[in-house]
Amino acid sequence: MSYHANIPRRYSTDDLPQPSVALRSAAAAIWIPLNSVLEWFGELGMFIWQVMRSTFRRPFEGLELIRQLDEVGSKSLAMVAMAGAAIGAVLALESRHSLVQFGAKSMLPAAVVFSIIHETGPVITALVVCGRVGAGIGAELGSMKVTEQIDAIEASGVNAYKLLAFTRIVACVLMLPLLTLAADFCGIITGWIANTAAEPIAFHKFIHAGFAGTGFSDFLAPTFRTMVFGLIIGVIACFQGMRSQGGTEGVGRSATSAVVLSSLFVMLADVILVKLILVFFP
Amino acid sequence: MMPPAPAQAPAIKPPETERGKKLAPTFNVKQAGAQQDNAPNSAGPAMVVQSLHKSYGEQKVLNGLDLKVGSGQTVAVLGRSGTGKSVLLRLIVGLQKPDAGTIQIQGQEITNASLEEMNEIRKKMGFLFQHAALYDSLTVAENVAFPLRRHTEMTAAQRCERVQELLGSVGMQADLNKMPSDISGGMQKRVGLARALALEPGILLLDEPTAGLDPITSGEIDELILKLQEEREVASIVVTHDLHSAKVIADRIVLLHEGNAVIEGTYEELEKSTDEFVTEFFKRDS
Repeated sequence: MSYHANIPRRYSTDDLPQPSVALRSAAAAIWIPLNSVLEWFGELGMFIWQVMRSTFRRPFEGLELIRQLDEVGSKSLAMVAMAGAAIGAVLALESRHSLVQFGAKSMLPAAVVFSIIHETGPVITALVVCGRVGAGIGAELGSMKVTEQIDAIEASGVNAYKLLAFTRIVACVLMLPLLTLAADFCGIITGWIANTAAEPIAFHKFIHAGFAGTGFSDFLAPTFRTMVFGLIIGVIACFQGMRSQGGTEGVGRSATSAVVLSSLFVMLADVILVKLILVFFP
Repeated sequence: MMPPAPAQAPAIKPPETERGKKLAPTFNVKQAGAQQDNAPNSAGPAMVVQSLHKSYGEQKVLNGLDLKVGSGQTVAVLGRSGTGKSVLLRLIVGLQKPDAGTIQIQGQEITNASLEEMNEIRKKMGFLFQHAALYDSLTVAENVAFPLRRHTEMTAAQRCERVQELLGSVGMQADLNKMPSDISGGMQKRVGLARALALEPGILLLDEPTAGLDPITSGEIDELILKLQEEREVASIVVTHDLHSAKVIADRIVLLHEGNAVIEGTYEELEKSTDEFVTEFFKRDS
C-alpha cells in the first residue's frame, strides 16, 4: 500500500464517468436544432405579443390597412381565381370517371361543389396566398430590416409592429375568406363547364343539384378556417421578414422561409381545424 | 495593452444664448398628454450616459462609457471601426437595450422606458443613419414628410411648405419627387438629414454624416450642423471618422477605444495629447 493511500480524496467531476465523444456529438446534434426551434417559437411568441399590444392603441393605421387590403386582396384575385378554376375543372373531370364507374354520375355536381367549398377552395386559396403574399411580405419586410428602414421607423417614434405587421396581418385575415369565395365561384363554374363538355347539363340544374345538401354551416366553418389561414400567413410572413438578417441573402432566406413555413403551418392547421369543425358542425 | 486612463473631461459649457438667436419652433409635435414643443430643455444636460455596457456574446463593445452632452453642444465621437460608436447611438435612441448603465435624455431615464414612453422621447430626437435608411417605396418628399405626417397636425399645404424648406436647407429642393434609388448616396444622406430635422428635434444623433460625401457637400453638412447648433441650441452626437469635420463642428471630441473613452476634450487638447493611441490616431489623419 502506498504512503498516500489513507488520505481522503475530494471527489470532482473528473471522477464521474465521462460520456464518450460519440454520445456528446449525438447530444449536440439533437440539442442544437432543438434549441433553435425553441428559440424560434420563443421569438414568435414575443412578436405576437408586441403586435397584440399595439392592436388597440392609436393610431389605427387606416390608410396603410386599406393599402394592404388592396395588396393582399385585389392583387391576388386573378391568381386565386385561376387556381380555383383549374381545380374545379380537374375535380369534375377526375370525379366523373370514378362516379361513372360506380354508377353515381348524378352525384357529380354535389361532389364538385362539396369538395370545392369544404376543402379544395380554402386550401388552394391559402397556398396561393402563401406563395404570392407570404413571399412578398417576407421579402419586403426583410429588405426593410437589412437596410435599417424598420429601425428608421422606430427611431422616428412610430410603432413598426403596428404600421408594418398589424396592418398586413389584418389584411390577410380579412381578405382570405373573400378570395376563397372567388376561388370557390370560379371552381364551381369551371366544374360545370368541364361536366358540360362531357355531358351537357343546364347551369341551374348543376347548381341546384350541387347545393341540394349544402347548409349554412357548410359555408360558415370553411370561412372561419380561411381567417385562421390568413392569420397564420400574415403572422409567419411578417415575423420572418422582420427578423431578417444577413444582407440580400438574408432577404432571400426570409422570403423562402415565409412561404415554406406558412404553407406548412396552414396544412397543419387545416388538419386540426377539420377535426374541430367535424366536432362542432357534425 | 490596456488603454490609458481617460483624461479629465472639460466641464460642460452652459448654453450660450448669445451665440445666436434661438428660433421659435414653427409647429407643435403631438405628445401623449399635453401639447409641447420640441425645444431643448436648457435646464440640464440634454444627454447623460453613465457606465454604459453592451456586449454581443463574448465581444464587449461598450465597457462602462460615460458621456454628457449639454444643450447646444456638439460632441464628436471618434474611434476605430468596431469600437461601439454606432452602437452608442442605437442605445441612445432605444433601438437596443444596454446590458448595464443608464441613459438620460433631457432628464428622463430611458433604459427602462416602455415602448410608448420611448416613442415619445424619440420625437425629441433626430437620427441620421449611416446609410441614410430612406424608405425606398416613398419619394424624397414623402420621406421627409413621414415624421410630420405621423407626429404633427399640419395641413397638407403646411407639410409641403415645411418639406420644401427642409430639403432646401440641404440643397435637395430640386429632387422632391425622385425615388431614393434615383439619387446618389450623398444625396440620400442629405435627405436623411432633412428627415431627421423635420420635427425640429432638440437632440441630433448623426452616424457618419459626411462619410462618402465630396468635400463641398461635407462642408455644407458641417455648416448646417453649426447653424442648428447656433440657432436652435441642438445637442448633437456626431459619430465620424472625419477629423476635419470633427474639428469644425464639435465642441468636444471623445475618442473611443475598447469600449471606453480614452480621452475627451477639444480638438486642440486632443492634438496636444501625448497618449500613444491619440497621437497615432491624429498622425494617421495628418
